[in-house]
Amino acid sequence: MQAFLEIFDIYLLEAVINGILLGGVLALLALGLNLIFGVIDVTWICYAELVMIGMYGMYFLVSTYHVPYWAAAPLCILLVAGVGALLHLVVIQPLLSAPPINQLLATGGVLFFLQSLATVCFGIDFRNLGIQLPVLGVGEMNFSYARLLAFGAALVGISAVYVFMNRTYTGTAIRAIAQDRHIMPLMGVDARRIYIITSAIGGGLAGLASCLLVLQYDVHPFVGLSFGPITFLICVLGGLGNFFGGFVAAFVFAEIISLGGLFSDLEWGYVLAFGFFILMMFIRPGGLLARRS
Amino acid sequence: MEGPTTRSMAGWAVGALVLIALPFVWSDPYPLHIMIQILIWSFAYTSWSIMGRFGLVSLGHGGFMGVGAYVTALLWNHLGITPWIGIPVSLVCAGVLALVVAYPCFRFRITGHYFALVTLALSGIVLQVITASRDLTGGSLGFSPKMMPADSIFALQFRDKTTWYLIALAMWAVGLLIWRKVDRSMDRYALEAVSEDEDAAAAVGVNVTVEKLKITVISALMTAFAGALYCQYQLFITPDTVSGISVSLQMVFAAVVGGVYVALGPTVGAVITILLAETLRIGFGTKAVGWDNLIYGVLLVLFIVFLPKGILGSTLDWLRLRRRRG
Repeated sequence: MQAFLEIFDIYLLEAVINGILLGGVLALLALGLNLIFGVIDVTWICYAELVMIGMYGMYFLVSTYHVPYWAAAPLCILLVAGVGALLHLVVIQPLLSAPPINQLLATGGVLFFLQSLATVCFGIDFRNLGIQLPVLGVGEMNFSYARLLAFGAALVGISAVYVFMNRTYTGTAIRAIAQDRHIMPLMGVDARRIYIITSAIGGGLAGLASCLLVLQYDVHPFVGLSFGPITFLICVLGGLGNFFGGFVAAFVFAEIISLGGLFSDLEWGYVLAFGFFILMMFIRPGGLLARRS
Repeated sequence: MEGPTTRSMAGWAVGALVLIALPFVWSDPYPLHIMIQILIWSFAYTSWSIMGRFGLVSLGHGGFMGVGAYVTALLWNHLGITPWIGIPVSLVCAGVLALVVAYPCFRFRITGHYFALVTLALSGIVLQVITASRDLTGGSLGFSPKMMPADSIFALQFRDKTTWYLIALAMWAVGLLIWRKVDRSMDRYALEAVSEDEDAAAAVGVNVTVEKLKITVISALMTAFAGALYCQYQLFITPDTVSGISVSLQMVFAAVVGGVYVALGPTVGAVITILLAETLRIGFGTKAVGWDNLIYGVLLVLFIVFLPKGILGSTLDWLRLRRRRG
């Protein structure tokens, strides 16, 4: 019995730590989505598909063109940032004055488009980089370097956005627009420019996430569906547009998935997380950190 | 709205007769198969737009459809319960699910984006539950109801396409009748007021939560029914064809393209999307994988930007404008 408990605890601790490591990347994605929602008041349903584009970018740069990983990553972040800005210019800008739900549906169209574009161009094969990072053993627990790297880089990315938002003029303007999008143009802020910059930052965060996720997962056209829905739930749970709430909710979700997966299949971890989400909608409809009214 | 004139009544009667007579005159299995698909999906799209027209954009309808299909099929295979009982049970399940998710949403004023995302979670849950309980459902490999050796009313299995065509036609007609019923009811005015301004609607005495719940449950029941019949017709379902986000988005897409605000809009959407997919499949074979969705995606964006009332909605508007001028 004693021995059983010890082994059990080791696995439990390993799952808890893996959950935290997963939470980092989810927090990064949630930040990108929240930023776009908070500033432009648009939900990009196709956000995870931008990650898929980035993962394909990484795959081709590293495997086909033999660019080293550390050089491919920034290129890829730029690529997805560009896709983000383009998405805003082509799809969102003409719809800015339409009902918000139309914008959401239009990005749903982009989701179809990107998924099938990838299917048409690259086929439905699963591809992976073939980079095998070593595994770190601590005591009897094992953590892959890929996850540790992802967690570290995600935190660096989140901090960089935080510094940018709080220390630069553009960042201040972005936060101001998020507070009142009608007044700020009167104060001499070019809303169009700010929207494009925000979309590019949101895309860039998806690009960073794709560089990290490509080390852990195979790329295929539907890979976005494996973390897209979860990212939306995190954002809603944290309160759409609430940066800190999204950060906390990402870790809560990651722990539920990781611990749920420990006791049963990974899918049941997701089911638990979704169930928890709906339960929380009863208790805290405005998000985890919202004040009760 | 003017009452039914003799001319329009005659038009409807002729249309109905032509549709009923069609399989007896022209019974090639392939076109009939396409017609049945169009009718079943039209019904599903109609059930989405019955609430979608009031600004209640749900991305959870893939979930209701999955419940309808899988509950019916699971009861048949594992407990031997006939679909005649299984379908009502699956409808009750979908209705309860709709209440559980929609009540807190409406009670706590979760609208617009939030409502879409919460219902998106519902699609996700149903998809994951079906995939995860693979011992019962076969997981992502799909699931077939046990076949009877011959046609059976008890098992609701028919090999004859004409029978299925008539069943699907009846279902589709009932869908349109429900649409008409809603369209002519006080609830419609209440819901239109709610979609404009919830507070103002509540102030003039509309029970916002109850009105929205009613329409959501109606819509969920219809969608689950579509799922169940789809399963009975195809005799093969996978989690991805009847549930999940892609199915939800597919419904939204077809409804928006056809027109959300007119009764036959979703049907027009179903005709366009299914014919497009079939044409591509026949024209390009396996090379066409992905092309249909690629075109859907572009069209969806274009429609929302330039023609938010859909093909049928915009055409009717244009005709009305011309008649008034001429």
